[in-house]
Amino acid sequence: MSVWEKSSTARVVPSARPRKLAKVPFVELADGRLQGVVSSGSDIGRVYVSSVEAGSFAFACSTNNNRPCGGARGWFCNHIRALIGEAVLQYGVERVARYLRAEVAGEAPDADSVTHAMTATRPAQGDSSAAAQVFSRFLRQLAYLELAPTTAPLPEMQWFPTTRAVA
Amino acid sequence: MVPDDEGGGVMRADLLYDGIDGLDEALAAVDGFDEVLVSGLLRPGPAQAAGLAGVAEAVAGSPLAARVAEAAEKAAAGTAGEDHLMALAGARTALLGSAHDALLARVEEALGRTRAEEDGTAPADAAEPSANLLAAARSWLCDLARAGWHGIDHELIGGAAPVVSAMLPDPALRRQATLLDGFAAELAASCPGASLERVPVRRWADLWSRAMLLTLPGAASAPAVGEATGRLLPLGVDVQEHATAVQAQVHAVFEPADGGTPRLVRASVSAPKPDTVVGAGLWQLLRPHMSLLAAVSEGRAMDLDAMPVTGEGDLIWDDARARTGEPAEVFATARVALPTAAAFATAPLDRHPARIAVPVLLEGYAVEEDAFQVAGVRLVVDSDRVPAAGPLTPEAVASSGACVGLLRWDAGEFLVQPLAVERMVRKKAVAVHAGAWAGGTADKAGVRAEKAATDAVKVLRERAGKLLRK
Repeated sequence: MSVWEKSSTARVVPSARPRKLAKVPFVELADGRLQGVVSSGSDIGRVYVSSVEAGSFAFACSTNNNRPCGGARGWFCNHIRALIGEAVLQYGVERVARYLRAEVAGEAPDADSVTHAMTATRPAQGDSSAAAQVFSRFLRQLAYLELAPTTAPLPEMQWFPTTRAVA
Repeated sequence: MVPDDEGGGVMRADLLYDGIDGLDEALAAVDGFDEVLVSGLLRPGPAQAAGLAGVAEAVAGSPLAARVAEAAEKAAAGTAGEDHLMALAGARTALLGSAHDALLARVEEALGRTRAEEDGTAPADAAEPSANLLAAARSWLCDLARAGWHGIDHELIGGAAPVVSAMLPDPALRRQATLLDGFAAELAASCPGASLERVPVRRWADLWSRAMLLTLPGAASAPAVGEATGRLLPLGVDVQEHATAVQAQVHAVFEPADGGTPRLVRASVSAPKPDTVVGAGLWQLLRPHMSLLAAVSEGRAMDLDAMPVTGEGDLIWDDARARTGEPAEVFATARVALPTAAAFATAPLDRHPARIAVPVLLEGYAVEEDAFQVAGVRLVVDSDRVPAAGPLTPEAVASSGACVGLLRWDAGEFLVQPLAVERMVRKKAVAVHAGAWAGGTADKAGVRAEKAATDAVKVLRERAGKLLRK
């Protein structure tokens, strides 16, 4: 076994990089999709749930009340583009491209190259059936802020050292 | 080579590189079991049967012998039930416990330090209202073991989410919830297992067996057994985090007011968090719940009055029982108080090499790339464990002349995690602390990081206010 395989504290998931959250409060690579929640530009009470499927790049965008997004008719809307941009900030371009299985060309790939790699394949519009689940995962993340901190020790956290390395 | 007239302050680093009897054999048995989990227990092959038999053999001389032998047999036949998997997790934990003991004994020999005998234990908290949740967690973990790391998929891993969500609000289940949450997130990011190029074999087996044992009633209970009254001299801060949790642990020397033996203690504060709260945001989350973090930043001691302490030296921090004290310099503490301080014994279930974190003072070393040359041997420096939101950079470590750190062991070797270093600037010693920003900072880069983190949490709280209470 390699040193990494024998390490109790091997780093498996790099920590997220800090980013501004106002525009895209939630983004994740999960359930085979890049998915997240994007703030509406015009209405502070409204958010969009946007997603792109890995491999097929099938995309979906709707409000949290399940109204379809007007911009996502046959094409990536601005919410999806913002989502990709923030995902690249949070996870790094390499991890996002790998997860989506997007073939990114060029020397210094960025969010635009990931977006282009996907739109170039003329992806189909997917259904927004996952929106409710994505939204509930966002609420679950928000709920972490409501949980009380504790001063009782958590010995298990020894397996999760902080790291200066980021995605 | 090493002067012995400096009390217990100097480490015989060469001893860390002497072989330890039986260690390789114990770890080989662990590796054998860990390989079993890679392909899973649904249809075990001959190699897995051998791995299982190896574990049974390794504990044959212990009270676990009969149960583990039976469990290994059933598992090799693909018919292991929950109790059998629990017995195997127990055997693996016992083997790593013995590795922990041997490694720690060697560290104490190298440091010429002593450890107090058992400080007494208290009965586990009697209330166990959460039997159903623990059973649900156990059942998920058993499914994991059957699937193996190469058999995981999103559906299987998603099964942990409802268990974790139900556990998190209950402080009595925080240990289990935090472990399962971090473990499941890692597994989810690695799905599907069939296409994994490499597997963190020891790590995931560690997390799995630990999570299994924590589903046993009372296993996670670590009640206070005494009270600490006296002076607390901080040595430094160790930060641990996964996507949705953070813990800061302050390592310190406690000097009892009654003049008793100084003790090595820890004070911890932890919080669940959204994955976008990182860097300085971690300090902001923890700061309001432990005044000690501010004292660390200010370079001060704290005076404790009847602070509860567990049998393994963990203070259960309560701001009402602590008062900010006199200035206390970390390197002075490390030079004067640390050599006289006795460590607490590790709780039986916590005995694992990953749990070893012994405060040490290193001086007079030569810096190499990623390592210190100490007393003729090369000690690897793990600067990656230093929190990003702080002034202690790898460059500061590389130009240092003295270091207060935590001696650890991982993947077959000892490492030192820097907590603070001393460098000569214009012929004056200047200390740089990993936890300097714990209580806040006036540093320019630090202030910027604090501002960004404040904004991030503000956005999330505002969203939570709108969406969660609808």
